[in-house]
Amino acid sequence: MTMLLEAEAPTTTAPDWELVYQRPQTLVDAPTHYCPGCSHGAIHRMVAETIDELGIRGCTICVAPVGCAVFAYKYFALDSCEAAHGRAPAMATGLKRVLPDRIIFTYQGDGDLASIGGNEILHAALRGEQISVIFVNNAVYGMTGGQMAPTTLTGMRTTSSPYGRDPLTQGRPIHITEMLATIPGVAYAVRRSMHSVAEMRKVKKALRLAFQAQMRGLGLSIVEILGACPTNWHLTPTESLDFIRDRMLPEYPLGDFKVDERLRD
Amino acid sequence: METSIIISGFGGQGALFAGQLLAYAAMDSGKEVTWIPSYGPEMRGGTAHCTVVIGDEQIGAPLVRNPDCVIAMNLPSVDKYESLIKAGGRLVYDSTLIKRALRRDDIAATSVPAHDIALRCGSQQLVNIAMLGALIALCPLVELSAIEQALRTHLPQRHAELLRPNILALHAGAAYAEERKVASSQG
Amino acid sequence: MARELWKGNEALAEAAIRAGVEAFFGYPITPQTELLEYMARRMPELGRAFLQAESEIAAINMVYGAACAGARAMTSSSSPGISLMQEGLSYIAGSETPCVVVDIMRGGPGLGNIQPGQADYFQLTRSAGHGDFHPLVLAPATVQEAVDLTYISFDLAFQYRTIVIIAGDGALGQMMEPVEMPPMREISQERPDWALTGVDDRPPRTITSLYLDADELERTNLRLQEKLQRVAANEQRWESYMTDDAEFLVVAFGTVARIARSAVRTARAAGIRVGLFRPISLWPYPAAALDQIVSRVQGVLVAEMNAGQMLEDVRMIVRGRVPIRFLGRMGGVIPMPDEIAAEISHIARVNHRSNGSNGKSPLSERSTVL
Ligand SMILES: Cc1ncc(C[n+]2csc(CCOP(=O)(O)OP(=O)(O)O)c2C)c(N)n1
Repeated sequence: MTMLLEAEAPTTTAPDWELVYQRPQTLVDAPTHYCPGCSHGAIHRMVAETIDELGIRGCTICVAPVGCAVFAYKYFALDSCEAAHGRAPAMATGLKRVLPDRIIFTYQGDGDLASIGGNEILHAALRGEQISVIFVNNAVYGMTGGQMAPTTLTGMRTTSSPYGRDPLTQGRPIHITEMLATIPGVAYAVRRSMHSVAEMRKVKKALRLAFQAQMRGLGLSIVEILGACPTNWHLTPTESLDFIRDRMLPEYPLGDFKVDERLRD
Repeated sequence: METSIIISGFGGQGALFAGQLLAYAAMDSGKEVTWIPSYGPEMRGGTAHCTVVIGDEQIGAPLVRNPDCVIAMNLPSVDKYESLIKAGGRLVYDSTLIKRALRRDDIAATSVPAHDIALRCGSQQLVNIAMLGALIALCPLVELSAIEQALRTHLPQRHAELLRPNILALHAGAAYAEERKVASSQG
Repeated sequence: MARELWKGNEALAEAAIRAGVEAFFGYPITPQTELLEYMARRMPELGRAFLQAESEIAAINMVYGAACAGARAMTSSSSPGISLMQEGLSYIAGSETPCVVVDIMRGGPGLGNIQPGQADYFQLTRSAGHGDFHPLVLAPATVQEAVDLTYISFDLAFQYRTIVIIAGDGALGQMMEPVEMPPMREISQERPDWALTGVDDRPPRTITSLYLDADELERTNLRLQEKLQRVAANEQRWESYMTDDAEFLVVAFGTVARIARSAVRTARAAGIRVGLFRPISLWPYPAAALDQIVSRVQGVLVAEMNAGQMLEDVRMIVRGRVPIRFLGRMGGVIPMPDEIAAEISHIARVNHRSNGSNGKSPLSERSTVL
């Protein structure tokens, strides 16, 4: 250890370096309120990078959910608004209908999108709304302290399913993205995960395609992202990544459920 | 007569649990009592506190602006409550984490090396209990034995092996404060 | 029965269980969630129905369904969730199905925050949904009272076929106090004669709020109004504290009332003859009782965690006879006892001054008060 430090003793000559990593313009320089190991922060960053790379910061509007990402509008250097719980797709519809040349995206949790807002997302998809939906699935209600969500794994214990989720009375995990993929109005529906760097790179690519689908007017795009909630899973951040890989992936296979032909080029 | 106590520290230091023990002890001693926590996002990582009010008849306000007693387990708690304690009230603070001089001279302030006491009793998780012991020695809100009883009944099952260390820390905190009391009355 | 220390939300849930609740439907929302979580543990243990609904809209409609079967059904939420339930509440009122709803109020409007509030007063007492109806609204000030009121809430709901709302706030939900729990009641297998149970060999029953014929709907409304008048006449509840010799009166409900109680003691110690009137039923408002006390005092202070909602009821009852001063905190800020005590001294001082000088009526202070 000491040896290494000595070997790396500071030199006096100016370093010959190149800036390869910095805060995206679309991300505000502010510490987030997220717990250690939560995926929301990293996903925010990738969304921000994507918006920068596509050069759409000036014309993009964010609709924040009710959930842990409720303050997303504080972190994106974008015009943003805050929807009522589950209603982000409806609010985004309203925005898009009067601002058809803007890019509108919602950022929603699984309780918000798949439970209370199930109807709103369904009908936004049916209408083929030209919006992008970033859907973070952590299998629980994070913000309210870890209650069961429609996405909670079978048998998984939460504060409102203390005996484990029982498929007989509480159903099985909902596969929203696969469902939405069956709807003609949907142009792009994929599932990605945050459990490794390689997978995170794929998240980033998917986000880009989701925005491009909207920019080309192809229909609703949704990227479901499996994210970690160490606090409510009662795991460490690294254990949480294993949990995604070992427990969530078997239930929620990653993949492309629908990709409009025109996006393939 | 109502006595209000605020117990405050970092989330995870057990401020809320110490307050519950005090509330259980007060109830079992036939008194009226309320316990109310700070709740919400501030609980993650930030400073958590609870207010306990003990009295002989139905408690009015469960929250107070100017508490009679404060247990402060970290610096932000002293910063927040030192100026709010009633004149003639009492502040018990952990001298391990809180190094700055106090500004008030119209309150009785006692510093307790609660961190050291806790470590000696087996775990730094016991700071809250050592502090509670010290407060009870200085200010006889309930009998120490009532707190001990509350510990026996309410320490969560999963921490059963911590019962002995908890009781040790309670008495060690009380003994330290007792000594300080005697010393200051002689000095 | 021994006293036990209970957290407000959990005590409410246990009281409902002991009162024989058969079905609970809810959706997580702070600062009420412990009630739902307690039900998630306890109801299955007892073989009763617990379901986490996909939204409050769904939750209240599940309650509506269970209530149609004559079951003791309830839901609980906090302000934003109650807003979503308005539609369901209106249908429940229109079809006269009994149910219990708990509102652990928080700061609003909108998403607001999760700190205690009382700004649902209008919504609960006046506008719980479209159409002409009022739920019976009970506002406990202590955890024990929350238990006692919840315990009788189903009886009241079934007696009048009405909605009973237990209106608490975040402080009540989150605080712990000693409680004596009432005994566990047997669940009655008997169903009321309007309940949907399957025809067997009796004529079919319908539960509806739809009456296309205007005359028929008006007749239904008249019947509902007649029922509400009975509720109004029979179900006024209140507590008065140190009002016998009071010159001044504080009017407050729920958590603010217990804070005001401390302030009243402080003011009494300073020689001000002040008392506290605490409505327990917010609808029906205990108007006659307040009216009587008001006729003996020289000034009234209304304190609430809102911009002055119950104040409107008090104004109607006071009818300008004495000055009213209002202390309202909003956004989840809880008034402290010293704030209320300062307001009490203010009224007493103003009153003293105006009585002493050229016989000017205290009412001339109205410009500085509400
Ligand atoms: C009408 C309404 N009901 C309930 C709530 C309380 N609430 C806030 S966030 C939340 C759950 C969010 O969970 P999820 O969408 O999975 O996002 P996460 O917090 O896990 O990121 C709930 C139930 C609310 N704000 N409004």
